[in-house]
Amino acid sequence: MPVEAADTLESTRSRPGGTLYRGREGMWSWVLHRITGVAIFFFLLVHILDSVVLGISPQAYNAVIGTYKNPIMGLGETALVAAIAFHALNGIRIILIDFWSKGAKYQRIMFWIVIVVWVVLMLGFAPIHLMNVFSEGSAS
Amino acid sequence: MTTIEAPRSPARPPRSKGVNWEKWGWLYMRASGVLLVVLIFGHLIVNLVLGEGIKAVDFGFVAGKWADPFWRVWDGLMLWLALIHGGNGMRTIVNDYAHNRTINRTLKILILAAVVVLILLGTYTVTFFDPCPSGAPAHLLPDFCSTISK
Repeated sequence: MPVEAADTLESTRSRPGGTLYRGREGMWSWVLHRITGVAIFFFLLVHILDSVVLGISPQAYNAVIGTYKNPIMGLGETALVAAIAFHALNGIRIILIDFWSKGAKYQRIMFWIVIVVWVVLMLGFAPIHLMNVFSEGSAS
Repeated sequence: MTTIEAPRSPARPPRSKGVNWEKWGWLYMRASGVLLVVLIFGHLIVNLVLGEGIKAVDFGFVAGKWADPFWRVWDGLMLWLALIHGGNGMRTIVNDYAHNRTINRTLKILILAAVVVLILLGTYTVTFFDPCPSGAPAHLLPDFCSTISK
């Protein structure tokens, strides 16, 4: 095992930016991309079904969308937007790795740029959304 | 001795002739991804960030947006692009982890069925939506409904 592993590492060591997908930023960005993708997919299924209720009646839709306004769902929505923002930013990173001639070389620093931009976006979004969710009264 | 498999080993060997669907799927993920970043960020800003955010979202809010064909096209594009993007992503994951042939096929059929049914339901809803359904209480409808004679 150690011999084989060393061989594998050796063969990839000469590539620009080292190995993309084993350990460190390359692998973890891939893991996070999968987890967030699956989570977003299942939300998408539910979200389309709740939108289809628009065609049934205003009362039915307002009852369904009302469940999105309670504080527990509000926390879930914040997590959902966090997942979407990561998936979007890391998706741009993947496209740059694939199409930009220096993408593979800079994939590691691009991962940390993704994290920084993601933190900035969430610092902007989370307070606004949580204040909307936790404030008293409803606009509807 | 443990041999480490090459990453991204395809579930089936690549076809030597005909259309290379995996290549077009790969390209679709990137092309739709770029569009979805714009469409979904716009969707989130308009529905969750501006004004009172989620608190303002109700039938009247959506009817107001869908009074303009621009938002119907926007939401219809999101529906198609996101479902096919997500469905293809789920197919990739199933191919990576479901090695049993029957389970693999069953999961992919379920994904395809979910994608097709939701695209049909969603497209029907966004196309034929009536912002001022007759008989509905006026206070639940957008303001412009009172000025339309039904």
